Amino acid sequence: MTITFAREEIQQTINMIHKENLDIRTITMGISLLDCSSDDIGKMEKKIYDKITKNAGRLVEVGEQISARYGIPIINKRVSVTPIAIAAAQMNVDEMVRIAKTLNRAAREIGINFVGGFSALVQKGFTSGDLALIDAIPQALSETEFVCSSVNIGTTKAGINMDAVLKMGNVILKSAQLTADNDGIAAAKLVVFCNAPEDNPFMAGAFHGVGEPDTVINVGVSGPGVVAKVVKKYPEADFSELSNLIKQTAFKITRMGELIARAASKALDVPFGIIDLSLAPTPAIGDSVAEILENMGLERCGTHGTTAALALLNDAVKKGGAMASSHVGGLSGAFIPVSEDAGMVRAVEEGALTLDKLEAMTCVCSVGLDMIALPGDVSAETVSAIIADEAAIGMINKKTTAVRVIPAIGKKAGDRVEFGGLLGGAPVIAVHPYSSKLFVHRGGRIPAPIISLTN
Amino acid sequence: MTMPREESNHAIITVIGRDQIGIIAWVSGRLAEYHVNILDISQTILNEFFTMIMVVDLEPSTLKLDVLASTLEQEGDNKGLQVKVQHEDVFKFMHRI
Repeated sequence: MTITFAREEIQQTINMIHKENLDIRTITMGISLLDCSSDDIGKMEKKIYDKITKNAGRLVEVGEQISARYGIPIINKRVSVTPIAIAAAQMNVDEMVRIAKTLNRAAREIGINFVGGFSALVQKGFTSGDLALIDAIPQALSETEFVCSSVNIGTTKAGINMDAVLKMGNVILKSAQLTADNDGIAAAKLVVFCNAPEDNPFMAGAFHGVGEPDTVINVGVSGPGVVAKVVKKYPEADFSELSNLIKQTAFKITRMGELIARAASKALDVPFGIIDLSLAPTPAIGDSVAEILENMGLERCGTHGTTAALALLNDAVKKGGAMASSHVGGLSGAFIPVSEDAGMVRAVEEGALTLDKLEAMTCVCSVGLDMIALPGDVSAETVSAIIADEAAIGMINKKTTAVRVIPAIGKKAGDRVEFGGLLGGAPVIAVHPYSSKLFVHRGGRIPAPIISLTN
Repeated sequence: MTMPREESNHAIITVIGRDQIGIIAWVSGRLAEYHVNILDISQTILNEFFTMIMVVDLEPSTLKLDVLASTLEQEGDNKGLQVKVQHEDVFKFMHRI
């Protein structure tokens, strides 16, 4: 028998993993909590704890086995659950906090990195459960370690719930204030969505949609470093060639995710949901989306041309990924979280990248304003207005957008915050000084947009 | 798209590092000890760097893949060699449609 792989192929795979930071970012098990409802908070806590620990009890062990077998790092193992505002709709604010703590206990017990789904979907209005959950978020996130929260405040079909937008500005600010000693870490575990996907494995926005099966395995693949290397290797390639090179690379990266997802699904006897191919940067040098854009020929990420470069990248990644997996879903595309990306951090520090340019970039990338530290004296209304702008981009363009901003209490533009680990650290970015107060206090809903007459 | 064959227990072993006497003897000796069958082997030296790629069958082996991987990785590390053992599906999935 002869070697069925070329030496170059084997070498390329090894380099991707060991030199270019290719990794499986997460295996996320979605678990429905719809059968855990009870009028009695104690019973409900027990049902939730038991369901998570029973179904995901082997998640970490299986993840480690698969990682060893294939020689690919699997960075995080996570669980996403049914939005708690739906599963626990009858609960009050204090009981919602207790449920968050139950999720936290279950996460600690099984050794996972995060549990997502302390969430509500309020694009058209609030139930009493939604209101209780939203009011519980600051306390829930500041008193737990592993719990992540998300609130969907708009969709293309429903429009934008501006009452929810106003509330979320306050919730974000309060979450940051309660964890001011830790640079507002609670706000880093909270994301506000427009058009939230129901099968996203990435945090902080992962939740288990009501259309999903009882349990499901979703896998998030990463690898900006691999793409950055390829782009750098071909400085002369025109955009058609460049797009093809990125597609081929995205294909290879996604295949790894497909392999891991199938293996995890089989080992855990849980159906395979989707692969989310997202170029998710980490603070590690070389694992940067900004670097990809700069390798395309931009002196600094954020300068003129950045939006076009990101549009090409995002589209090529989706095209390559779509062919590589039987089911691609989630967010799939390029992430631009500032604090998690050394290149983005440098661009902000040097004044090349501003909040306004980041907003423009979110029109063409896979998510939105992510991991951005705002001055500590930012008003709740300004945060709400930032959310409204971002949601409008998502609503009109029929795409997912999100806001995860962290008011850095006691700090001003140019100061630095440190979140540690995968979340990294970042300079505080300036916001506009002019007020949006009267605008966000109008209340009501921004109507769903017309889908024809597209100009 | 076909599912990976479950019965395949082939792995790819790669060894990279500064050339020294006895690298192949060490790897193949260890593999014989653990009843791992060598199916193919290819080796080059580029700029004093030794690179070896080996295809092995773990079916008759007394060790599981992950244990073999950590054993060889650790021993290789002591010799200044980077040793990786990965199931062949990694390369199949990435490079074959």
